[in-house]
Amino acid sequence: MYELLSSFAQTGGLIYFVLMFAGALAYALWPRNQEKFDAAARLPLEDGGPSDER
Amino acid sequence: MTERIGATRRGNNTSILGVGALTGVFLFLALLMATFSKDAGMEYQALTFMVLGGVFLIATAMWAGGLVDRDPFDESEYENTLVKFGVAASMFWGIAGLLVGVVIALQLTWPSIFYFPELGWTNFGRLRPLHTSAVIFAFGGNVLLATSFYVVQRTCRTRLAGGMWPWFVFWGYQIFIVLAATGYLLGITQSKEYAEPEWYVDLWLTLVWVVYLLVFLGTLWKRKEPHIYVANWFYLSFIVTIAMLHIVNNLSIPVSLTGSKSVQVFAGVQDAMTQWWYGHNAVGFFLTTGFLAIMYYFIPKQVNRPVFSYRLSIVHFWSLIFIYIWAGPHHLHYTALPQWAQTLGMTFSVMLWMPSWGGMINGVMTLSGAWDKLRTDPVVRMMVVSLAFYGMSTFEGPLMSVRAVNSLSHYTEWGIGHVHSGALGWVGYISFGALYCLVPWLYKKKGLFSKSLVEWHFWISTIGIIFYMVSMWFAGIMEGLMWRAYNEYGFLEYSFVETVEAKHISYMIRALGGLLYFSGAAIMAYNLVRTALGHGEAEDLETANDPYAQPEPRAALAPAE
Repeated sequence: MYELLSSFAQTGGLIYFVLMFAGALAYALWPRNQEKFDAAARLPLEDGGPSDER
Repeated sequence: MTERIGATRRGNNTSILGVGALTGVFLFLALLMATFSKDAGMEYQALTFMVLGGVFLIATAMWAGGLVDRDPFDESEYENTLVKFGVAASMFWGIAGLLVGVVIALQLTWPSIFYFPELGWTNFGRLRPLHTSAVIFAFGGNVLLATSFYVVQRTCRTRLAGGMWPWFVFWGYQIFIVLAATGYLLGITQSKEYAEPEWYVDLWLTLVWVVYLLVFLGTLWKRKEPHIYVANWFYLSFIVTIAMLHIVNNLSIPVSLTGSKSVQVFAGVQDAMTQWWYGHNAVGFFLTTGFLAIMYYFIPKQVNRPVFSYRLSIVHFWSLIFIYIWAGPHHLHYTALPQWAQTLGMTFSVMLWMPSWGGMINGVMTLSGAWDKLRTDPVVRMMVVSLAFYGMSTFEGPLMSVRAVNSLSHYTEWGIGHVHSGALGWVGYISFGALYCLVPWLYKKKGLFSKSLVEWHFWISTIGIIFYMVSMWFAGIMEGLMWRAYNEYGFLEYSFVETVEAKHISYMIRALGGLLYFSGAAIMAYNLVRTALGHGEAEDLETANDPYAQPEPRAALAPAE
């Protein structure tokens, strides 16, 4: 039982985390997302609220 | 749209009743605990809760009664009043926490100063957790509450969710702070570093924190903007992870339901590992991701440029999340913890260097094309210097986590110096920067009361940090070397008291550094109060000759479109 659980936690956990992280990387680096990210980066600058000193 | 406001109003009236009912339940529980308390400390804590909770309940009832038919949670307006309260609370607890820091630094330098044997609570052992909790959880926590409530509304283009519940989070958190702080002075502690409050205070904080999470998620849920801006990811990871850490590290069984003492469920090395899994991730998810969220909103906003690379911000976020959670074991080198676990902690700590510097570069490079602001805007300079300190302490941290280096640095003043370069330099400066931004924005002022006072604050505090860091490096490496020095017969060269005596000058310099840093914060508090009052350069935006206060020439654009 211990071997089963520990191999699940170690090997399974490793594969699971690496795949999840690879997914996040792919999302971040996917070329087609560039436009979306450019728009997202401008989010804080485009609110209608009072602005800082200019 | 009208229908939506109506629906929200009904829900929000329920939220006032809900907050009132929940507070009432806890007041009743506190009454029971005060009546049947097993120890004087518990009785005092229960009475403190009843006073504070009672004042909150009465104030809420009076405020709600005076509303008549005004909607207090108007969806067409941002919730700004709560953020103003958060800014004020941050300043108040910041000053208090830094002052206690100066007091205990002086106590270490001259042990009989500020310690009065007839007043047991002036003992270093009781004031030290008061200092750490006040600066981390009271100051830092309120900065995070205030900025997260500000940022999530702006980037989601919607008002805070939950009507009265965000106010419950704010006041509930202040009650937590007062209970924890007065508890330490009374001698109530479960002896876990940065998790000293006893079981009943832990339960109260859990409740407040879950409501905080629900308010934050609710606001994200009703957002008008499809994309969730990266700062909100950092805030969310901070809220979720702190909930997890807090609950697991505080698993304990009270000795009595009406007594202040509890017993931890973990024992021995498991307890130590749980504690430092908590302790290091408090650094990672309270003092890092929360304040990185501030960086990702306030630096772009103040320099009026988008973040250097949005892609890097996503990679930064996920790599930080995946790596930080494993770094805790580096606090337990050369202990009963198995060596493989120590090596695991060390390896992940060294890996952590890269996401940390990735984030720092992303923040600093946001200024590219606007580097002149470093010279002209002291608030921007403060935030960029905070990133420099972040970069420095996130290089020093991985270095110190290496077992061989740790054998020299652990238990010495080097650790204290490392923590304070991160806390004073990174967390303090990015918070000060955010507060300097927030007050003119919230009170709709053209600028701060006095820019030159910001300059004074910046330079006085920076010199203070450098005094602090350098004296602690010096003291730490010296005492580390003295502890391991042998004479030709194989005996230890120095007695322990000799290593303490050798640090006296360093302690004096450190106390001076702390005093300078405190003075800077006091200047800031004065500047912010005068700004809110609209004195000096803090003219009202409406009356100031500001192009943004004028009506936009939209009509002229229309034909061209």
